[in-house]
Amino acid sequence: MVEEKPASVNETKEKVEKLLVKWKSKRGSLIMALHEIQGVFGFVPWSAVEIVSRELNIPVSQIYAVLTFYNYFKLSAPGKVIISLCDGTACHIKGAPSLIDAIYNCLGIKDGETTADGVFHLQIVRCLGCCGLAPVVVVNGKTYRKVVPADIPKIIAEWRSSITKK
Amino acid sequence: MVELTQEQIEKLKQLGRTQKENLLKLGEEFVQNHKKYIASIYTCNATGCHSGGAGNVIDAFKESLETFGLQDKVRMVATGCMGLCACGPLARVEIKGRDPFLYQQVTPDIARLIVSEHIVPTLKKDPSEPLKLSTYLKNKELSLNLPFFTKQKKVVLKNLGHSDPEDLGEYVAEGGYQALMKCLEMKPEEVIQIIKDSGLRGRGGAGFPTGVKWEMLAKAPLVDGEKFVVCNGDEGDPGAYMDSCILGGGAHQVLEGMMIAAYATGATSGWFYIRAEYPLALQRVELAIKQAKKYGILGRRIFGSDFDFMAELRYGAGAFVCGEETALLESLEGKRGTPHPRPPYPTQKGLFGKPTAINNVETLANIAPIILHGPKWFQKMGTKTSKGTKVFALTGKVQHSGLVEVPMGTKVSEMVNEIGGGTSSGKPFKAVQTGGPSGGVIPASHLDLPLCYEELKKIGSMMGSGGMIVMDYDDSMVEIAKFYLNFTVDESCGKCAPCRIGGYQMLQLVKKIADKRGSAADLEKIKEIGSAMKRGALCGLGQTAPNPVLSTIKFFKEEYDALIQEAETKRQAQQKLKGEMKQLEAQMNALNKEG
Repeated sequence: MVEEKPASVNETKEKVEKLLVKWKSKRGSLIMALHEIQGVFGFVPWSAVEIVSRELNIPVSQIYAVLTFYNYFKLSAPGKVIISLCDGTACHIKGAPSLIDAIYNCLGIKDGETTADGVFHLQIVRCLGCCGLAPVVVVNGKTYRKVVPADIPKIIAEWRSSITKK
Repeated sequence: MVELTQEQIEKLKQLGRTQKENLLKLGEEFVQNHKKYIASIYTCNATGCHSGGAGNVIDAFKESLETFGLQDKVRMVATGCMGLCACGPLARVEIKGRDPFLYQQVTPDIARLIVSEHIVPTLKKDPSEPLKLSTYLKNKELSLNLPFFTKQKKVVLKNLGHSDPEDLGEYVAEGGYQALMKCLEMKPEEVIQIIKDSGLRGRGGAGFPTGVKWEMLAKAPLVDGEKFVVCNGDEGDPGAYMDSCILGGGAHQVLEGMMIAAYATGATSGWFYIRAEYPLALQRVELAIKQAKKYGILGRRIFGSDFDFMAELRYGAGAFVCGEETALLESLEGKRGTPHPRPPYPTQKGLFGKPTAINNVETLANIAPIILHGPKWFQKMGTKTSKGTKVFALTGKVQHSGLVEVPMGTKVSEMVNEIGGGTSSGKPFKAVQTGGPSGGVIPASHLDLPLCYEELKKIGSMMGSGGMIVMDYDDSMVEIAKFYLNFTVDESCGKCAPCRIGGYQMLQLVKKIADKRGSAADLEKIKEIGSAMKRGALCGLGQTAPNPVLSTIKFFKEEYDALIQEAETKRQAQQKLKGEMKQLEAQMNALNKEG
């Protein structure tokens, strides 16, 4: 879990309390509330979990159980550039494993890992629903289709330069 | 809910009747407004084509039409999935009096050329004059006479690729919500009878008769004044995206199906449970619900009847097991998605402990067409026990990869060789996998197999939700089995031992064989564990998890045997060397003693 600065905790509190208003009165809304929190912060901060627990009257243990059960939720901040590599069946048989190797060779990261400089994060996902374009890699929402291992260094260079420019 | 007075009810009914008229008017307005168009461009903007840059293509079309001042004469529509994803982005040009034209791999440049070379000159010409296109543009034409298009039969996907999924008026103009209106004038049991007569079975995989499920819910009494219908859109099977496209391109059709289900069963509200990984589907369902509320399709005393209904949208969060109905219900309640034993069935005790019927997206999308055309029409399609059509995501090493809808009973060979156009690599076809992590392989020797529930089950696979992955001679069946098992082990919720432990141990054995360390005894053990999991696991995930392994052992045992043989040869060589080493050591010791 990532340590948060005290200043950001207050800000988190405000944002989380605001978005919880809508879900408080609805049944079974924990997962929806967590989705919204992750939508705002990019992950679910621990301080937010405590607020959710209080506002929705659900024990922290139960929220933690839900957060760790579902693949979609992240408990720590991912990198600035999130590489989602599809390893669904169609992508798998069309060469996704060779792309995972290529990313490891380039960045030294495996599934769920972030580079030491905090820039790149790799997540291996199961089917993005564009099997006709397999194998597919999505970087911060931009889709690369029919990717071959030789494309990986180019894609990484493209994103590295766009980050340094910023 | 607050009790209403007779006067209030009458008022609501009056409002409902007005809303019905307004909705029908919306459809008429659509028709009136679109009379001005002499041509239409449909660009596929479903997930696949969108990822391929369809957004820019649509902008280029619009810009170009404006340049020529044609924006009021040519309709530009961003549509749902057109099917042939491998060739996307796709654009279809329809000019009054002429045959439709399909373009593939459209870029913004090609879009501009289509407007300037195809549309502008044609509009000036008499329809009898032939079309003149440059070779460059001609090369981008995709024949609509391809078996990929001609062999399909579209019921569920009828409006996809041919309408604006965000335009409620267009849906109404195409006959949308008329099935619901028709149902509201019938008795609920008559509606159930129609669905029973049609022979429709659940499209999520197991094939339970939909009408029977509805009847079970209809018979269950309300609990605290509530009963639910749930739309299962948690399509977790990797390599399948039918539901994603159906919801993204026809959310109203699914909502209408859900509402008919609710009317027939007496359900008070409905829930959509959709994968979070499908942003477009989520967005379209949200919009459909919003539009439906606005036009009084959702609400109280709908269209002046006694029917009240409200629908809500809930996101999945990346757990394959949540496609299993009891796990899905847990997840809808905001908990970990762990299944529980049946009975009690959800129709007795479901969401929040109240009777619930869970129907798959495609099942619900079939409802309105059945009501409109009648059960006899539906029965004419398909086989004796599997009626209607089925949508498949035809992917893997196949030339025409995409979304396909065919009558049940279509042969595997028709799917792979005709519709799919054969393997993409040109190498011989080896097998096709259906049913994803719960299914099995159909080898080349079974190309004549008709695609229907019973036949697929007979050979150790299953219909599943409709993923269909083509593999050629380069693909190792042991690797495929390992891939699927890895997936189910990863996605096992861990609640029951047969799945949690059995799956893991089986995976270790498959890995051992794949790494050329296995033995014939391991293969026997795999079969033993598999049969125990099938009998002992709590839910469908665990019960079907051994299928990919068992089915590849059944049809491609030689691949396992070859790896085991290699391991055996290696072991023998090691044994031999060890023996020789012992002899040498003994000799050495003897020499040392002598020395």
